[in-house]
Amino acid sequence: MYKYDEFDQSIVDTRVAEFRDQVARRLAGEISEDQFKPLRLMNGLYLQLHAYMLRVAVPYGTLSSRQMRMLAHIARKYDRDYGHFTTRQNIQYNWIKLEDAPDILADLASVEMHAIQTSGNCIRNTTSDQFAGAAADEVTDPRPWAELLRQWSTFHPEFSYLPRKFKIAIVAAEEDRAAIKLHDIGLQLYNNDAGELGFRVFVGGGMGRTPMVAPVIREFLPTGDFLSYLEACLRVYNRYGRRDNIYKARIKILVHELGAAEYARQVEEEWAHVKTLGLDPPPGEFERIAAQFALPAFETGIADTVDRSDPDFAVWLDQNVKAHKQPGYAIVNISLKPVGGIPGDASSAQIDLMADLAETYSFDELRVTHAQNIVLPHVKKADLYTIWQKLVAADLASANLDLISDIIACPGLDYCSLANARSIPVAQKIAKRFEGLDRQRDLGELKLKISGCINACGHHHAGHIGILGVDRKGTENYQLLLGGSGAEDASLGRITGPGFDEDGVVDAIERAIEKYRTLRTDGERFLDTYRRVGMDPFKEAIYG
Amino acid sequence: MGNALRFRDDTAHEEPAVTLDAFLGQTNATAVRLESDEDARKLIPQLGQLALIEVAFPKFRDGRGYSAARILREAGYTGELRAAGDVLVDQIPYMRRCGFDSFAPEADIDTDALERALSRYEHVYQKAADGRSPVWALRHG
Repeated sequence: MYKYDEFDQSIVDTRVAEFRDQVARRLAGEISEDQFKPLRLMNGLYLQLHAYMLRVAVPYGTLSSRQMRMLAHIARKYDRDYGHFTTRQNIQYNWIKLEDAPDILADLASVEMHAIQTSGNCIRNTTSDQFAGAAADEVTDPRPWAELLRQWSTFHPEFSYLPRKFKIAIVAAEEDRAAIKLHDIGLQLYNNDAGELGFRVFVGGGMGRTPMVAPVIREFLPTGDFLSYLEACLRVYNRYGRRDNIYKARIKILVHELGAAEYARQVEEEWAHVKTLGLDPPPGEFERIAAQFALPAFETGIADTVDRSDPDFAVWLDQNVKAHKQPGYAIVNISLKPVGGIPGDASSAQIDLMADLAETYSFDELRVTHAQNIVLPHVKKADLYTIWQKLVAADLASANLDLISDIIACPGLDYCSLANARSIPVAQKIAKRFEGLDRQRDLGELKLKISGCINACGHHHAGHIGILGVDRKGTENYQLLLGGSGAEDASLGRITGPGFDEDGVVDAIERAIEKYRTLRTDGERFLDTYRRVGMDPFKEAIYG
Repeated sequence: MGNALRFRDDTAHEEPAVTLDAFLGQTNATAVRLESDEDARKLIPQLGQLALIEVAFPKFRDGRGYSAARILREAGYTGELRAAGDVLVDQIPYMRRCGFDSFAPEADIDTDALERALSRYEHVYQKAADGRSPVWALRHG
């Protein structure tokens, strides 16, 4: 894991002092709420329906046990004893007092964490593959590049008042576990035919009210040009992105209106100039960072088999444990989606327990996933049964990874001031309806995603099944979408037809799923069947 | 108008700034005002004759002027570069990094708060137009 040096620590500590000063000026009435807003937003502090919400950055989703414990401490001391893990691999606290915010940031800084640029119209926390460094299919660990991005984007003087927020995701495998094509910039590390490592650069994806899958802007970017090229991408956007309409201000609209080829041409032209400025750090800086992501000291020659004699354990093993690149090791996914729970929520005690497990069994490392779950990336297979038993005792052993009840949901109208409808109760009702694990496992991989408004924080466009909550004449109404994907086969879901009330949408989903069961061929997921047969049979089943 | 702030040793330029169109249409103006939607690169052929470029910030959220400033400095402009309009204390450190060296804020700037803001960060992560060495350069100096 990356460790701060004196420079990193100095910058984060200074940010705490700066924000303390800004909060003091706000509390003293020296600056207006309108002037304070961009300052607090640049630091992840939102004014929500009931209280301030603080979003803490978990850079590329990686945490140490010590950092995880601090997240529990903050929940216990300053909030209501729980936190909410988000689709951007961050954590949010929903009940924060403004006057406590500087102390919380100081606590975070003591474990090399911060809330810098977790909101605002700036470059947000870079997200990545939650299995980075452990996945059998990666060409390299993408996180050193993500850390370079974190440093480059932190307090970037030119790009802190962009037309709109800006999200970058980076992966290094063919399987896209970070939804890179639905980001403002998506980066895929790969080796070209000459065996050189570089990036495939996607620009202009996104969700929101105008969802788009990002086109490729550059097929191969050499690693040495990484930051200067991104600087050029951002400069073209900062200069020409629309500022007349907040709904057309994301880079996807610029790329769409110019056309990908013309945007790429402008970037190349800008980059020809920017490249001369010496903005790219020397290779030694990348090597310094990469050395800190070296593989842990895995044991070799250990057992690569697992005793499956406990049937409940075997179900969890098959569903939540993934292949590791090191023989004898596995990747453990901890589902934060128990039936009846709030997707992504964890109590302080649960966060502490996960930190303990990571310390004892996973080389002190955890990951947050964009599906709002937690990962122990480096677990010895011999320890899996013990870990599972401890997870069962903490209500963290739901064996539903990637199944219908592993729902992504935004906070919705229960918390969010932008929402039109509640998301959480719908997620709970769906999970309840499909409660039986046998039934869920029979349905196979089924990514269900719920947003409580058009901003699409719950990624409904990218769900195999998506739900969008809207306000229809003062009542909550839910539109149903089918056929989206946030993976390497990225696609956008289509609306089935007229919307439903809360119970109606659960019924409609059940009808669509029963239709899938009659139509599917061997091994076909819901998404595959939908793609093969199209919308009509589902529409008929839903509205018949 | 708020209090003007200047971070230059030369004397202030007195000639009123003309619009970009007026500047491009005449040859002898030495001061120009760039609106936030105007292309700073249009000035590059004639930078040598300019002593003052004023860049408009109609709203503090409109960040185009940051790019305009860097482009002008990267092109070798050494004259006065002024941020004018909705310029607030917490934006000025970023503006300084992008090459602005003079400010004409609409509302008064608290100079104590500004001094704290400008001297606060000992280190920066990226190269910009202010000549400061990024931490990667310090690490590998």
